[in-house]
Amino acid sequence: MTDPIRTESPRTESIRTEPARTEPILRVRNLYGRIAGQQVVEDVSFDVPGTGVTALLGRNGVGKTSTIRSILGLIERTGEVTFAGSRVDRLPTHRIVQRGVGYVPEDREVFAKLTVTENLRLAERDAHPNRALVEALFPDLVQRRAQLAGTLSGGQQQMVSLARALLNTNRLLLVDEPTKGLSPKIVGEVTEALLAAAATVPILLVEQNLQVIRRLADRVVVLSGGRVVFTGDAADLLDDPELIQRYLGVHSGADPADTTTDAAVPA
Amino acid sequence: MSTLVLLLVTGLGLGALYFLVASGLSLIYGLMGVLNFAHGSFLTVGAFIGWEVSRRLSDGSWWALVAAMLVGALVGALAAAATEFFLIRRLYNRHIEQVLVTVGLALATVALFEGIWGTDPTYVTSPAWLAQTTEILGARIPNNRFLLIALAVLVLVTIVGFLRFTRYGLIIRAGVENRTMVTALGIDVRRAFTVVFAIGGAAAGLGGVLASIYYGYVSAHIGSSLLIFAFIVTVIGGLGSLGGAAIASVLVAVLQQFANFYLGGTGDLAVVLALAAVLLVRPRGLLGAKGSTA
Ligand SMILES: Nc1ncnc2c1ncn2[C@@H]1O[C@H](COP(=O)(O)OP(=O)(O)OP(=O)(O)O)[C@@H](O)[C@H]1O
Ligand SMILES: [Mg+2]
Repeated sequence: MTDPIRTESPRTESIRTEPARTEPILRVRNLYGRIAGQQVVEDVSFDVPGTGVTALLGRNGVGKTSTIRSILGLIERTGEVTFAGSRVDRLPTHRIVQRGVGYVPEDREVFAKLTVTENLRLAERDAHPNRALVEALFPDLVQRRAQLAGTLSGGQQQMVSLARALLNTNRLLLVDEPTKGLSPKIVGEVTEALLAAAATVPILLVEQNLQVIRRLADRVVVLSGGRVVFTGDAADLLDDPELIQRYLGVHSGADPADTTTDAAVPA
Repeated sequence: MSTLVLLLVTGLGLGALYFLVASGLSLIYGLMGVLNFAHGSFLTVGAFIGWEVSRRLSDGSWWALVAAMLVGALVGALAAAATEFFLIRRLYNRHIEQVLVTVGLALATVALFEGIWGTDPTYVTSPAWLAQTTEILGARIPNNRFLLIALAVLVLVTIVGFLRFTRYGLIIRAGVENRTMVTALGIDVRRAFTVVFAIGGAAAGLGGVLASIYYGYVSAHIGSSLLIFAFIVTVIGGLGSLGGAAIASVLVAVLQQFANFYLGGTGDLAVVLALAAVLLVRPRGLLGAKGSTA
């Protein structure tokens, strides 16, 4: 059993001038998650500050998606999850979301047999959703509003999935691998959309593409074997090829998903 | 020719009854993955109470019939919503328990109905016109067949319109595809479950009143006997598909009528053979969804 203090690893102390030493928007303590009786999240503890992008990283199958799904109550979980100052770990998923969480799931999960418009209408929780913002971000979707979401390309589906989260005024976005399987051009568009969103809402981001992480992440939380093994400033991890190799199993400059140029600067 | 027309229209009328039961079964299975064996009881209780009310108003008038249908639908809706709320809701994703509870409820309610209304059929009096016939292409068609067909079409159109044009309809259609993601958008999908049960129960309750016009009586077993065919229709049409249920209702009922008449009363056998054939060729049914949400 890991002491929650352990996650506040020595590296956390090295954080430079952090803007968010205030109350975190999301506080996760000793979170355990189970799927079909099998432990997939083990004693995970970390904070998501009230601004910027926190990247949740780790090798494939380490439990990133399961951590997010545990936070949302989509899988059986125990532990403490505090969102915007109140405990949500006993609430059903829809109640947690109603408090202001936008969720962009792994593999997009658009409703294939609903049109683009219907997908977006369904997601609208606010009395005055930000339709204009979404239409400006994703003009493609405006043209394809009557198309069934199942017939969209992967990139277009990801836009629908992102739009569903951006339509409402949220206090936190949970975004799981938004660039998975997309072409470099679309990866760029999705990244810029998230960067724009991050100016107004904190994001917990799961991402494998190092370039995207460099562009977006302010802080990182690294999972290994279902546990948190590293928490800290994004640069602390990303500037250290050895740590990248150890925690993510990739070489810093040679992420297979990356294009050859790795010139993006940390945001 | 006249026999053909008679069999066809009677088949359509019977198909209308099947559809009124199967539509609810199919919606409930599609959204929640629940096989509701208690659905026949919603039909029976709707029929009994609908006719009780009708009898107290005035026997055999149109206005009493309309009251019977409205009350039957309302009672069916309430019975179904209560079943969902008090029993099924606690058992989502526990399919064995669901089957046990709904089968148990079906058996217990049949006994209850027999206790209240007796084991003999209760004959019903409907407007005289319904018992008369109209000649079409030489066939003398009982008029009640037209009422059955018209109301089943009305129910189909209403449900389709509800699913397509209302927010609950949108939630239900999305939930049939991916229930989890609906909750992850901040929607309490359980409320949609209750709504779906109520709609299915209303269609069944109305079906109960109409079935008793078709047969001329109500009995405690009227629901369970129709339920068997409604399940077959739901499987042939494709579990969860409303359109499939509508098409399969007509096909099954017409096939049944023709086999009964031309093949010496083998209608039920023909239906089971048709079920086997469809399952062999198209295991998901005629219009079954590709991915199951169960
Ligand atoms: N439905 C499931 N049934 C059984 N085990 C599962 C299920 N979903 C995930 N797991 C297991 O849980 C563990 C964590 O999976 P999870 O999807 O959370 O990892 P991840 O870090 O998101 O991986 P990836 O980087 O591939 O998206 C894995 O070992 C996986 O095999
Ligand atoms: Mg994942």
